[in-house]
Order: sequence, then structure tokens, then C-alpha cells
Amino acid sequence: MRSLRRILSEPLGAFGIALVVLMVGGAIFADQLSAFDPTRISPRDRFLPPSAEHLLGTDQLGRDLFSRVLHGGRIALSVAQFSTAVSLVVGIMLGLIAGYGPRWLDNLMLLLFDSIKSFPTVMLALALVTLFGPSLTSVVIVVVLVNIPGYARIIRTQTLTLKAAEFVTAAQSMGASTARILRFHIMPNVIGPLLILASMDIPVVIAIEAGMSFLGLGVRPPTPSWGAILNDGFTAIRDTPWIAVAGGLPIILTTLGFTFLGETLRDVFDPRLKRRG
Amino acid sequence: MTVLVIQDLNVSFSTEDGELLALKDVSFEVPEQRIVGIVGESGCGKSTLINAILGLLADNGRICSGSIGFEEAELTTLSATEMQALRGQRISTVFQDPMGALNPVLSVGRQMRNIQYRSKLTRAEKDAHSVEMLRLVRIPDAEAALKRYPHQFSGGMKQRIAIAMALMMKPALLIADEPTTALDATLEVATIELLRDLQQQIGCSVLFISHHLGVIAELCDDVVVMYAGEVVERGTTRQVFNAPTHPYTARLLECDPARQTERKRELPTIPGEIPDLRQRPAGCIFASRCDQRAEACAAPPPDFALGDGHFVRCVLAEAT
Amino acid sequence: MSAILDVRDLEVAFRTGGFLNRRDVLGVAGVSLEIHPGETFALVGESGSGKTTLARAVNHLQETSAGTVSFEGVRIDRLDRAAMKQVRRRMAMMFQDPIGSLSPRMTVGDLVTEPFRIHGEKVDYKAETERLLALVGLTADFAARFPHQLSGGQARRVGVARTIALNPALIIADEPTAGLDVSVQGEVLNLLNDLRERLGVAMLIITHNLHVVHHVADRMAVMYLGRFVESGPTEEIFRAPAHPYTAALLSANPEPDPDKAQDRIALPAEVPSLLARPSGCEFHTRCPWAQPRCQSDAPEIVDQGSRRVACHFPLAPGATPPAKERTA
Repeated sequence: MRSLRRILSEPLGAFGIALVVLMVGGAIFADQLSAFDPTRISPRDRFLPPSAEHLLGTDQLGRDLFSRVLHGGRIALSVAQFSTAVSLVVGIMLGLIAGYGPRWLDNLMLLLFDSIKSFPTVMLALALVTLFGPSLTSVVIVVVLVNIPGYARIIRTQTLTLKAAEFVTAAQSMGASTARILRFHIMPNVIGPLLILASMDIPVVIAIEAGMSFLGLGVRPPTPSWGAILNDGFTAIRDTPWIAVAGGLPIILTTLGFTFLGETLRDVFDPRLKRRG
Repeated sequence: MTVLVIQDLNVSFSTEDGELLALKDVSFEVPEQRIVGIVGESGCGKSTLINAILGLLADNGRICSGSIGFEEAELTTLSATEMQALRGQRISTVFQDPMGALNPVLSVGRQMRNIQYRSKLTRAEKDAHSVEMLRLVRIPDAEAALKRYPHQFSGGMKQRIAIAMALMMKPALLIADEPTTALDATLEVATIELLRDLQQQIGCSVLFISHHLGVIAELCDDVVVMYAGEVVERGTTRQVFNAPTHPYTARLLECDPARQTERKRELPTIPGEIPDLRQRPAGCIFASRCDQRAEACAAPPPDFALGDGHFVRCVLAEAT
Repeated sequence: MSAILDVRDLEVAFRTGGFLNRRDVLGVAGVSLEIHPGETFALVGESGSGKTTLARAVNHLQETSAGTVSFEGVRIDRLDRAAMKQVRRRMAMMFQDPIGSLSPRMTVGDLVTEPFRIHGEKVDYKAETERLLALVGLTADFAARFPHQLSGGQARRVGVARTIALNPALIIADEPTAGLDVSVQGEVLNLLNDLRERLGVAMLIITHNLHVVHHVADRMAVMYLGRFVESGPTEEIFRAPAHPYTAALLSANPEPDPDKAQDRIALPAEVPSLLARPSGCEFHTRCPWAQPRCQSDAPEIVDQGSRRVACHFPLAPGATPPAKERTA
């Protein structure tokens, strides 16, 4: 709880938390807060500018943009959550193995990580979409693949350092198995920084999802994704700019929110910064 | 003439759990050409003291009151630039880890030349001076050594190079912070003898910090005993080691295994812990662990002069 | 009584050098020792002497290249992991860094009961924690603390508690007083002595602190460049060291007595590298008593009663070095 107070005492941290709460709240309560069905087409109401009734206006099919944005938030956040979780679990496991295992295994895994990392994200996305077709699943797979090497490497480096730590040698001298050492002695001491890093990656994940949807490689219409909305508004940006704004604004706000929060988290938990009383 | 005069120095740190008074009313002197030892265990404030003298306190630390007189200057009033000019030239330091002074990516010769940046000598003259210093600290093959890098030397040699670098500009005061703690016994005594010889040759004063009582007894002329940020006793080495008056000093000497000449089953210890320095007791800081504790100890103890420069901060000393 | 630990001609070799110039360095170059039940044996040496390597080799944390290690009559140096795990119940080890040898995110309670968990012993963890903490003089409320909340002395005691959890027959203690203030060192040593009396456990203590050795060890050995130069009863060695290196070590530990004249045996400071071992007696390059023979012939191990010395010219009691090396 002291940590929460510390985060709130930093202006950026407080702002970050506010934005995150706003976006997450909007996503959770999307149904309650939406006045309209996000997929309801109403040709009569096409291209309406923002008003009291349609807070963000309507798009080219007469759908209420505010409702679409709220539901889009659900997509963004669930993709972010799920894929981050999977990336973390797999990344941590691979990192532990690479760091603690024999040298040849480590070299092999590094080769694997570097191979994946050298693929530009867009090409990877294209490749996967060719295999699986454009969908949420493709997005998730892309995000997971893109994130795993980075996380694994961080865990690997930390594990390598800890392998030589005296408390690990002590555990070995007691007869602890490798599994036990990894689980109780190494993992708890390496995941901390990684979790903070992962939270700062959430904007990246959201951006990937939005980007893929923007390119038509992600969720299929009529599912409301921020990237899809952005795409819709892109072509009509001269005459009806509010559509693009409706798509872009939530992306910006969420990115800002998580980034500020992540940066503040990192500063707060950095043991080397001496705190003023 | 005294080189260093510390008078009623108080240093505190701001922490999240409150103000921590790390040094309380610390006073002592380092006369010209004398070796003064500071003895203390963990938490006694030795590092804080050195940092305060050198002007290198952390951001959350400050000197609340007191003075640090060095030669003619008052160090607490000097600016950062002025302090920087003093460090390495008039006051230099040797650390426990020689890599605290040695830059791993520069050759030894280059570093020794850099220290001489203020002298008007040519490069060749500076190198000659460096070689002279390395010979003084008994580094074999000194000219070749200039071209080598720190990692190519053993631990003992690195420490000697660090000492050479510290003494190159013939400082008035050399601060040695546990310089031999990380060295093996045979290396330690060799380094102590080296320091003693150098001190005589160069004529500087030395402030020697250590928790190794035997080394202090052998090397130092005067000694200052610190506990939890306070000077509890000070005087010449003979006075303090032969007639320890403060209960902490007496117990500390008892505990040193080197003092036990016969094999004992049960070694003496000082039970308890240093109190939380964020909540210093009103009276004597050692009272909670002192076996001679009396009622009078609940009040702040005075600095009592036992005569001939032997001081003790204990209320019981007055009684005897 | 038969020995608990029997080490014969043990060698530990390290590979150095790159792909093309592989060289083997002997960290332990042929060591034999015996420890009997209930006995405390001290290994003394400076950095590079091989004492820590030897301790780890005994505990199979380090591969050996020659010689044997037998524990309770069974040869253990070539055992597989599962078999060695059973041995580890009876042979426990304590490490140098009091706080660093404790896993930072485990509570004291978890730490001292870990041996039970590792070996699948179903016990009342809470009760065992209290019992072990009490044995080392810590109150039960320490069980919830984390290593960084302990002082050096307290952490050291937690380490001891963990070591005795499964009632081992032998404890190996690597520098038990390292990192501890002088006023607290006695606590650990008293504790170890106390446990030895109560539990009858044998101990192998590795240290560079000779004064510590004097108070806790029955027998000791002095190591130099991976070999024993002298071994035998502690009391005798302290009274009259037979090997020049032992004599130098003893004189290198100044007493806190400013009036005591320092009869120091000075050694040229540099220890030879293990890559370039001196010929003959490896100590001859620094020995104040060295003679020509010392450079050419390696000394035999001489038995002097219960003592063993590896020196061509073992010192007579009270010997002082030839005049030119002495510093008064």
C-alpha cells in the first residue's frame, strides 16, 4: 500500500493511473455505458458529427462511435492481457532453461530468440495471417511471438547471474533438485523487473493489435477494434475527421496511461534511488 | 600544526522512515605527520565520516552542524568545485577495493599522469615521477608497469598502485578506508609496513580506518574509537589500548581473538545490537549493551578529559 | 574410531586457456586428511591456497580429477546425483556470506526447514523451526523475517540452524566468521563449540583467521598452493610451528598491543601463480630459510609424532629466520 501511495505522489504516476482506470473502466462497463449497439447499422445516421446523443459521432455505416470505442477497448485490453500472460509464462520458462541449463542449450535458444526477433513485425503478421487468416487469434500469436524473445532474454541474463549466487550453491549443497532451485530460488528473484517491463509493453501490444486491424489483418468487421475504426476514419478524414479521432484517441490515451504508470512503477521499485523522506 | 580538525560534527540522512543522525558531536584532530586510526564496527559511522570530510555525502545526507577544518580552510563552507580541487591533491583516499580508485580501461601510466594534471611538468617528467612512485611502493619493473592495465596486477599489487596514486601529489592528508581488510594476513602486514615507511618519507598525515585492532595498534600513533556515530574514546594508541576506559573499548579489546592467548572454550562477545539510529536514546548510546550501566547513563554523557589528550565519553569516567 | 571423512591424495584440476592452449591448473594438488567423529578440523590458508576448492570438492560441489573422498566408510566422489543427495543429509555445508547464502525471498522459517522439504521429510514445520531457532539462540519471531532484515550475526545463526536441521554427522563451515564484527564473532564460535558438545557433530572449518582456529579446532592443516604444508594438533602447531609458512602466518597476525615488539617474519608479498608453480619446494621463492636444496627437490612429508610437515628443514621450536629478513 505504501507503494500505491508512492505511485500516486508522483504526478505522472497519478495521471497514468487515472488514464488506465478510465480506459479499463470503460472497457469493463462497455455494455452499461453504451447507449447504442456498436454493430447496429443505421444508414440514416451516417457521418453525424459529435453531439449529445452520439458523443463521438457516427461512422460511415451510421454506427455510434462512442459505443464502438468502448467495446473496442474490450478487445484491446483482452488481447493485451491474454497475450502478455502467455508471453510471460513461456518467456520465463524458456529464459530459466537457457540461463540455468548447459551451455549448448543456451546457445541454441539464443539462436532461436534472435531468429524470431529479426523478423519485422509486419512481415511476421503477414506470414501468420496467410496461415491462419485475419482474426483475433492471429493478432494474439503475433504479439506473443514478438514478446517472448525479449522476456526470455531478460530472465536468462538474470538467471545466469544468480546461478553463481551463494544461496543457489547453498541449495545445491543441500541436495535440492534443479526444478526446486529454479522454482524457489531463481524465479522469485528474477521476475520482479520483468513484470514492470511487461506492463510497459502493454501499449506496444495494443499498438500491434490496432496496427494489424488497421491493415485489415486483425479482427474482421463488424467487430469494433480501435485500429479498425481508425482505418474507417482514415479515408474520410478530410470531411469527417471525428471518426479517425474516435479511433486514434483511445489508443493514445491508453498508451500514455500505461507508459506513465510503468515508468513510475519502475522508479518506485528501483532500490538504488535513495528516497527523500 | 594540525592538518585536520573535526569539531562537534553532526551529519544526518533523510530516509523514508525519518531523520537518521549518522554522526553525533564527533570531534577529533589529526596532527601533522601523525597516523590516526579510527576503530569501529559496522554502523559506527566511519564511511559517513569520510564522505563528510571529502564532501561526498549522498543526496539525502547533510552536515547539520559542526566544522571540518583542513589546513586553513573550513571544508563545510567550500563549494563543490573547491572540494574537487582538494581531492586527490591535498587530501587523497585509498579504499578497501583498489578498483575504487583504478579505472579498468585506462593504463596505469595514463591514470598516474592524469592525477598530475595540475603540475606543469612535461609528459616524460610526469612519467618519471610515476615510475618513482611505483618503485617506492615496490612494484617490480615499474617502467613496464606504466603500460599495463589494472586487471593485469594481483590484488595486493593493485592496492599498492592505488597507494602510489594517492601519494603522488604529496597530499597533506591520506585517508585510508580499510585498505587491508580484503587482503590476506601476510599481505596485510606488508602493506601496513609500506604505509608506515611512506608516511615517514612523504611526511603526510594518515587517517586510517579499520576494524582490525591489531593493525591499528601496530600502525597508528593515535586512535579514535567510534560507536553508532559517536566518538566514545580517543587518545594515543598506548592510552586507549593499555588503559581502555570506555566500556565499549574495553569489551571490544576483550573480544578480539588475538588478545586471547590461551585457548578458551567460551569467547567473550558484546550481546545486543546497535540501536536504531532514527530513534537515538536520550542518554548514552551504548547503555543498552553496557554491563556497567548505571542510572546516570540515562542522561547524555559528557566528554571527559582523562588527561594528556585522552578523552572518553562516559559518565562513569568522572566518578573514578 | 574410524574416520567420518577420509580424503586420500585428492586433486582438483581446472581447465584454463582457450581452444588452442588448454592448460590444467591444479587448485588442489594432492591432499590427504582424516576427520574423526566429534572432532573439529581447521583448514587454514590464504587466497589461492585451494582451501575453498577442497571444501567444495569434499561436498561434491566441485568435480575432482584424482584421489578419493570417503564419508562414513563409503566412497562418495564418484556418486551420482541421487546417491549424493542421500549423503547430503549427513554432510551439511555453511557458506561465507552470511546474508548472501540465504535466499532473499524466503523467510527464515522456510530457510531453516528447507532441508526437510528437499528430502521429503514430513514434519511439523512450525515446531521444527522453533526448535532449530532455539538451538542457535534466536527467538521464534525470527521465523517470519527475511534475510535482508537480519544482522550479519543473526543471518549467520540462521545458516547454522539450517545446517543442523537434519542432524548431520559432519558440518563444513566456509569462513564462519567472515563479514562479522569482532564483537559478534565470538557468538558464532561459541555456538559452534556448543553444538559440537551437544550434538557430537564433526566440523571442517575453512578460514584464514588463525586466531579463530586456535579457539575452535582440535586439529588443523595449513595449505599453500593446493597442498598441505603442515598438519597436526592445533595447540602444538601454535606453540611451535614447524613449517616456515606456518611460522610466517602466525607472526602476521598482530596483537592489539602497541607495546609488543613485532617479531615479524616478513615474506615477499607475491604468491606465485598456479600456472607457474615453483620447482622443488613450492614455498622456496618466499621462504626466509630457503636453501639450495629447496629449489631442486620437492620435500617429503615428514611425520613428527602426530604432526606432518612438508619441509626439508622443519623449524625447531622458537626458531627465527636468518638475520637479513627479520624486521624488528
